[in-house]
Amino acid sequence: MTGDELTDRTVVAERHDRVAAPGHGLDSDRRAFLEQLGAGVLITFAGVAATGPERQHGTGRPIVARLHIGEDGMVTVMTGKVEVGQGSRAQLTQAAAEELGVAPSLVRMVMADTALTPDDGGTFGSQTTPRTVPAVRQAAATARRLLGAMACALWDVETDSVTVTDGVIVHAASDRSVTFAAMAQTGDLAQAVRRVTPEDVEAARVDQWKVMGETLPRPGMRDIVTGAHRYPSDIVRPGMLYGKVLRPPSYGARLLAIDLAPAAGMPEAIVVHDGDFVGCAAPNSWLAEQAVEAVGRTARWEEQAHPSSDELFGYLKDNASQGDVPRHVSDALAQADRQLEACYEISYIQHVPMEPRAAVAEWDGDRLTVWTGSQVPTRVQGELQEAFHLAEDQVRVIIPDTGGGFGGKHSGEAAVEAARLARATGCPVHLLWTRHEEFTWAYFRPAGVIELRGALDGNGHLAAYHCFNINSGGSGIQTPYEVPHHEATELESEPPLRQGSYRALAATANHFARESFMDELATAAGAEPLAFRRQHLPAGRLRDVLEAAAERFGWAERDTRRGDGIGFGLSCGTEKGSFVAACAEVFVDRQAGVIEVRQLTEAFECGAIINPPNLQAQVEGAIIQGLGGALSEAVTFENGRITNATLARYRVPRFPDVPPVEVVLVNRPDLESVGGGETPIVAVAPAIGNAVFDACGVRLRRMPMLGHVLRPT
Amino acid sequence: MIELTVNGTSHTVSSDPRRTLLDVLREDLKLTGTKYGCGEGACGACTVLLDGQPVVSCLVLIGEVQGRAVTTIEGLAAEDVLHPVQEALVAEGMQCGYCVPGMALLAAALLRQTPEPTDEEIVRWMGGSLCRCGGYRAVLRAIRRAVGPGANDEVQVK
Repeated sequence: MTGDELTDRTVVAERHDRVAAPGHGLDSDRRAFLEQLGAGVLITFAGVAATGPERQHGTGRPIVARLHIGEDGMVTVMTGKVEVGQGSRAQLTQAAAEELGVAPSLVRMVMADTALTPDDGGTFGSQTTPRTVPAVRQAAATARRLLGAMACALWDVETDSVTVTDGVIVHAASDRSVTFAAMAQTGDLAQAVRRVTPEDVEAARVDQWKVMGETLPRPGMRDIVTGAHRYPSDIVRPGMLYGKVLRPPSYGARLLAIDLAPAAGMPEAIVVHDGDFVGCAAPNSWLAEQAVEAVGRTARWEEQAHPSSDELFGYLKDNASQGDVPRHVSDALAQADRQLEACYEISYIQHVPMEPRAAVAEWDGDRLTVWTGSQVPTRVQGELQEAFHLAEDQVRVIIPDTGGGFGGKHSGEAAVEAARLARATGCPVHLLWTRHEEFTWAYFRPAGVIELRGALDGNGHLAAYHCFNINSGGSGIQTPYEVPHHEATELESEPPLRQGSYRALAATANHFARESFMDELATAAGAEPLAFRRQHLPAGRLRDVLEAAAERFGWAERDTRRGDGIGFGLSCGTEKGSFVAACAEVFVDRQAGVIEVRQLTEAFECGAIINPPNLQAQVEGAIIQGLGGALSEAVTFENGRITNATLARYRVPRFPDVPPVEVVLVNRPDLESVGGGETPIVAVAPAIGNAVFDACGVRLRRMPMLGHVLRPT
Repeated sequence: MIELTVNGTSHTVSSDPRRTLLDVLREDLKLTGTKYGCGEGACGACTVLLDGQPVVSCLVLIGEVQGRAVTTIEGLAAEDVLHPVQEALVAEGMQCGYCVPGMALLAAALLRQTPEPTDEEIVRWMGGSLCRCGGYRAVLRAIRRAVGPGANDEVQVK
């Protein structure tokens, strides 16, 4: 095989214990593989990568999966994906086990270690299921084919005359069998590779699935329930110190002067001052904090003016990229029988992962290893390279299974800070951000202003629909409804807070606005909300989930449950290739300023389901997280300071806040599997908002929908 | 010097008495199963049992722990035999799992005091523990499962 023959799907095999390597498919740091995996067969699978601009493999193709079959029969799959609770470890284990024909217990996932795993861009955008699962399946199917071909060559029988079950290759005609483990100890792989044409290898059809489509609990749960699992913040290294960083008093504040003398009386604490960076490392975090506080009291800062959350939405509008230029109004809209417009607002919210940013950094000469919690290990690696002027192979980033991400851990701040302290002190340094730091110096889901205009024709059908989203983003901005004239425009602004990714990001804001506005239009048309949506939805996946949710919820019979303050609402939408619909029942007490969700039913469809309980957990989790953004979460700020940077002041959903939740997983074995961790969040807020309107006639157009605004003035 | 018993083992730690029990467990004794979540007693991730009673260890100063007995998540299982709550959490499956040590200890304390709690009692008791993955219903199912068989929601696929 030469480089010219390489295709989108290319396997390269090698045997570790060879001194002379084949002329292709080798990775720069083979020693790391040897140390980690022991002897066996390593198969590197190049192809179309999952996401992002990946580094190129020597073959000119990015590596998307590596697979190692050990002489002990263990299969190790290496993937750049991280596990932050979304279930990637289980699903990728299923993918490899299915295609290799081995028990999941024989599959070990090595995830997100830049020295071992391919760079597939990061873990975001619901890409693990549609991109990485197929890549691992293809690699595993190819490995199975390869091992079979090797056995055929060994026995001198016709290729493809063998079967593989439970890691054993069987040639029934001659009653011979050999295990993967034994195969990994024998044979000339370079020869075998030539016998396999990856394009011919097909992954198992859904109706053949034995492991996929079934339950596989999260691997490693026992370590989690016993406290043995080491999250990034739990990493301990010999001689490790604990770090703290001095934070500015407000956004944009510049350090003018600081006196380190107060720390002189704390011999165990090492203070590091480098430009605007002041930090300390000490044998424990309390000592480090004492020292940082002591020197911090001497610091003089120059602060900047900063808008407050009270003026947020006006500020975003004033600074929109089109300024206050009137929005474009199409002829279709202007000439329609009835026109409606509304403005929706979305507050800043935070991810609040249970584990704040954490890192342990350790230098060995000019080589750096960092354990940290991030969704994008190679971005962290890049930030470290830039901060310390290092080459790629000098920086190793390892992401242990992490305590939550939700889109909030794309960056490497803690890694860089820990590495600065480690370099200055000559010791490994552990840094764990406080909740207050996480609430202040991480990033937020963008706030936004969404201006909507709609028009109805004489028959009460949608004639035109315009959406302008200022600052919160473009995902989910297109309406899925049939409307003759549709415009959607995303406008940038000058965000007052650092903003970034979040579970389903802008799709939540855009769905809240659109699905609420659909009810406003339905009301204007004198139509019932479900009927109005049906009128504008063709038969298909979105309509299917809408019907499924309505049926399970008992939408048609809802009036039998009606009572004082009770209201019902629904919503639906599509994002990242999956489909969702929700129905909500709420109780509203305007005098008390209370919105209580009494029932939330959601139907979700993301193609062929790979792991039903894992999907159920993702959908339930998205619903619960969605309740926070819908009803209680908003970051407030003033004078450059976050004014509710504690869990006591920033309300995320707690046990007693969880309403009865019903989830309908719509399985479509005939369709490709896509991710399910994000989209289920988008339907929650609009279903609740529509139910509130149904209950009391007040349309809430801001997220979060705070109950107190319902109080009669 | 502060003497305390952790998971049945006596320890003597040299520490400023103003440091928290959480920090001493994690940084001095390297018992990292107890998690930091907020430092203000508002999330329950750092829950341990102090003389058998659940406390948030981020609000307990080590000076208060002199002569007392602490059970952390590392000490909840008896040797290799998981506590029923741990068994149930494994069976139920959790998402990121960071809240699990605190949840498990809190639930274990509940079941010792109230062997057959109602759902309402479970929710009220667990109210201080946060799960940002939104796995509350899974935790509820796990606690029910630890109480006894039955009463578990199945995943429904249409």
